[in-house]
Amino acid sequence: MTRASASRTRRGVLPGFGLSTGFTVLYLGLVVLLPLSAVVLKASTLTWAQAWEVVSSPRALASYRITFGASAIAAAVNAVFGVLVAWVLARYRFPGRTLVDALVDLPFALPTAVSGIALTAVYARNGWIGQWLEPLGVKAAFSPLGVVIALTFIGLPFVVRTVQPVLEETEVELEEAAAVLGATRGQTFLRVLLPALLPAALTGFTLAFARAIGEYGSVVFIAGNMPMSTEIAPLLIMTKLEQFDYPGATAIATVLLAASFALLLAINRLQAWTRARAGMA
Amino acid sequence: MDAVATRHAAAARAAAVPRPDFRRATADAPWVRRLLTAVALLFLAAFLLVPAAAVLWEALRGGLQLWWKAVSEPDALSAIRLTLLVAAIAVPLNTFFGVAAAWSLTRFRFRGQNLLLSLIDLPFGVSPVIAGMVTILLFGAQGILGAWCQAHGIRIAFAVPGIVLATVFVTFPFVARELIPFMQQLGTEEEEAALVMGASGWQILTRVTLPNVRWSLFYGVILCNARAMGEFGAVSVVSGHIRGLTNTIPLHVEILYNEYAFRASFAVASLLFLLALVTLVVKKTVEWKQAASRASRSAA
Amino acid sequence: MSIEIQGVSKAFGPQPVLRDVSLSLPGGELTALLGPSGCGKTTLLRILAGLEAPDAGQVRLEGEDLHGRSARERNVGLVFQHYALFRHLTVGENVAFPLRVRRRPKGEVAARVAELLELVQLGGLARRYPSQLSGGQRQRVALARALATQPKVLLLDEPFGALDARVRQELRRWLRRLHDELHVTSVFVTHDQEEAFEVSDRVVLMNAGRVEQVGTPAQVFEEPASPFVMRFLGAVNVFRGRVDGGRAYVGDLEFSAPSAGERSPAHVFVRPHELEVSLGPVPGSFAARVERVVTLGSAVRVELRAPPYGDRLEAELDPRRLHALDLKPGDEVHLSPRRVRVFAGRDAELDSLTASNL
Repeated sequence: MTRASASRTRRGVLPGFGLSTGFTVLYLGLVVLLPLSAVVLKASTLTWAQAWEVVSSPRALASYRITFGASAIAAAVNAVFGVLVAWVLARYRFPGRTLVDALVDLPFALPTAVSGIALTAVYARNGWIGQWLEPLGVKAAFSPLGVVIALTFIGLPFVVRTVQPVLEETEVELEEAAAVLGATRGQTFLRVLLPALLPAALTGFTLAFARAIGEYGSVVFIAGNMPMSTEIAPLLIMTKLEQFDYPGATAIATVLLAASFALLLAINRLQAWTRARAGMA
Repeated sequence: MDAVATRHAAAARAAAVPRPDFRRATADAPWVRRLLTAVALLFLAAFLLVPAAAVLWEALRGGLQLWWKAVSEPDALSAIRLTLLVAAIAVPLNTFFGVAAAWSLTRFRFRGQNLLLSLIDLPFGVSPVIAGMVTILLFGAQGILGAWCQAHGIRIAFAVPGIVLATVFVTFPFVARELIPFMQQLGTEEEEAALVMGASGWQILTRVTLPNVRWSLFYGVILCNARAMGEFGAVSVVSGHIRGLTNTIPLHVEILYNEYAFRASFAVASLLFLLALVTLVVKKTVEWKQAASRASRSAA
Repeated sequence: MSIEIQGVSKAFGPQPVLRDVSLSLPGGELTALLGPSGCGKTTLLRILAGLEAPDAGQVRLEGEDLHGRSARERNVGLVFQHYALFRHLTVGENVAFPLRVRRRPKGEVAARVAELLELVQLGGLARRYPSQLSGGQRQRVALARALATQPKVLLLDEPFGALDARVRQELRRWLRRLHDELHVTSVFVTHDQEEAFEVSDRVVLMNAGRVEQVGTPAQVFEEPASPFVMRFLGAVNVFRGRVDGGRAYVGDLEFSAPSAGERSPAHVFVRPHELEVSLGPVPGSFAARVERVVTLGSAVRVELRAPPYGDRLEAELDPRRLHALDLKPGDEVHLSPRRVRVFAGRDAELDSLTASNL
């Protein structure tokens, strides 16, 4: 066998390898890598000292606080309630279940601007839900709470959709075995089912968190956007761009990108862990 | 013979004592079920159902005439036109790429596959504002290619081409992400069979692969389109915000909202809401079709 | 711990699965529920475990009615076909599970787990995970787990179905030895006749939701109560004929049939090893031609044609006899049934096969 054909069979026998892979790499380079490298290039026009000054300015620090803080809280809320929703959808029957199940994906499908104005309308002082919170002294819109609400909305499908298939695939025999062995439903859930769901729930949490830190459209309407309190990092970047402070914008963007990539890596690991767990026994 | 059978049946029915107190070992107590369902529905209502209802309510509150007026006035129409144009460019490009990438990554084995897969997912992890920002960094006045653009009189940043580019970046992974897992699951047997029967690469793709993945492909295209039409953050950075010229539907919604024209804003937003609903319907249909094809495949 | 099942019926929707089943299983015995897929044996087992409720009838354990006792209150041991081990727990934690959910003290749990793992010969594997064990080992863990709380009844649902043939054989013998040591009343579901015979004290043959026969393996094999039992327990040649006044007639052949009564059509069953092959005619024989000779290891199967009596008949010989006869395809031989079973009456299923062997 010649060397050329040997490498061909190692790759696969179907035609079109060169064409498809070549185009893929080219497109990927042009559309993704080139623009992202622009970030690196532009950021490097700042000296380390200058970059550090921008990235650690009080305003920037405040924006990290609200961005990462609210994202973490929203992702955590979604982790807990997402498991609950996945459980109810997978196990129980109630009128309108199919409709609700379909609507869980709405935050995926709905443009962020629409979510933004809808959430603001609902949670503002005179909104459908906001009006009930007002007398309790809870200010939902135009406060950090509003940011959390918006980020909970957009992260909602992530945990539900990661946990649901795991629940549906868990064999009923495991629960029957636990019952015959003497466990109550509560014990069965805590000792048998929850451990099986944990990798999926964590993956969903991380996905929701990663999405939340970069979110812009759903948040800027309800947040109030006050610097030092409810100005999220993406908005700060946008503001700097409008002021033509490109290097400054790039510096902050680099912080966000670094966080995003770290999270993407974590998600990859978690997904591998989930697959390994599923393959056991 | 019949009389005997009837008597037996009657006796059996009489002997069949209903057992209302039996609960399956894997079923939860009714109160648990009701409580958990109630809490789940409450959560979904607060964060999902009520906001969704609010869009429709606010959009139609002023009556259908107002809705129609908001949606058909010139600036809204040009926003719709621009949105459609951007989608018409971005979606086919990314579909073409998605098919090529899926073919390359699922039908062959080579080093660096995992890296490519991760790179394809990149735009997903990047904030849309950053996506818009990179377009400005490249083509803006102070951008890397900015001088070159000005010299040739090409306006990219803050103009329609910039919007297209930013949208392409953001919606880049959608078709590929739908196709790749599905094609991995399908396996290469059918394509290899076609190869052995003498089909060319193009024939295999169009006659064997694409028909098999048509529903996943369709859903990927629909998702890509929904995101292309609905993208806000990236386009917000890149657009010049010039009414009637460089505003897409989401930007137009924002403008109306900031001008306190709430009903009009929601009216235009309801168009995107309807698009989202269509997307959800397509998703359910695709899932159903995929399940059916999987069942018939295993029965074969 | 004896088990009494009285008049149990169960239907899933319109489909009846158990029809008026009554059984009495004495304590300390290993009983096999044997039958084809869909005969209701697994459903009956699950009713015993409390995972299903009968539509009618009663189940009693040592005289106590189990109706109203949920699966978790019955303290039965249940072993599943696919083990149902908790994959995120170690072997030791799996076996400890039933004790932990009953909040037994730690020391007691540890001691009992060690004892059980010794019993199933998996002593050093407490820290391993199920995914690190072979199929046979996993099933033994499942058994140890089921025995942890010293249940009064042990139920096994096709426990060896997911294992290789060799492992299956080893585990069968091992299970029998274990039962002889512990004497827990056990009920064991299988569709494999050989398995049922090797392991159990008593066999319950089930078909289409009904009990066809109950007896020791020898009893059900030597004295089958119905055509179904006869056919299920091994290969058999079926001849169509008739009975009249205590005798059965098939073609030119005549057999004694004391249990058959008035004139009616009948089927005569002959096991392959009870069909004598000879080169020349003997009294009570008929002519046949050899179609195929198949060596099955310790026995030889000869497939024959004898047009008026049957197109596909089977005789079983040992290799020595085969050598002596020197049979080849195409040879003309004579067959004489040495021992027959006669069942009177029409059996639509058998009729449609018209005396071909099954």
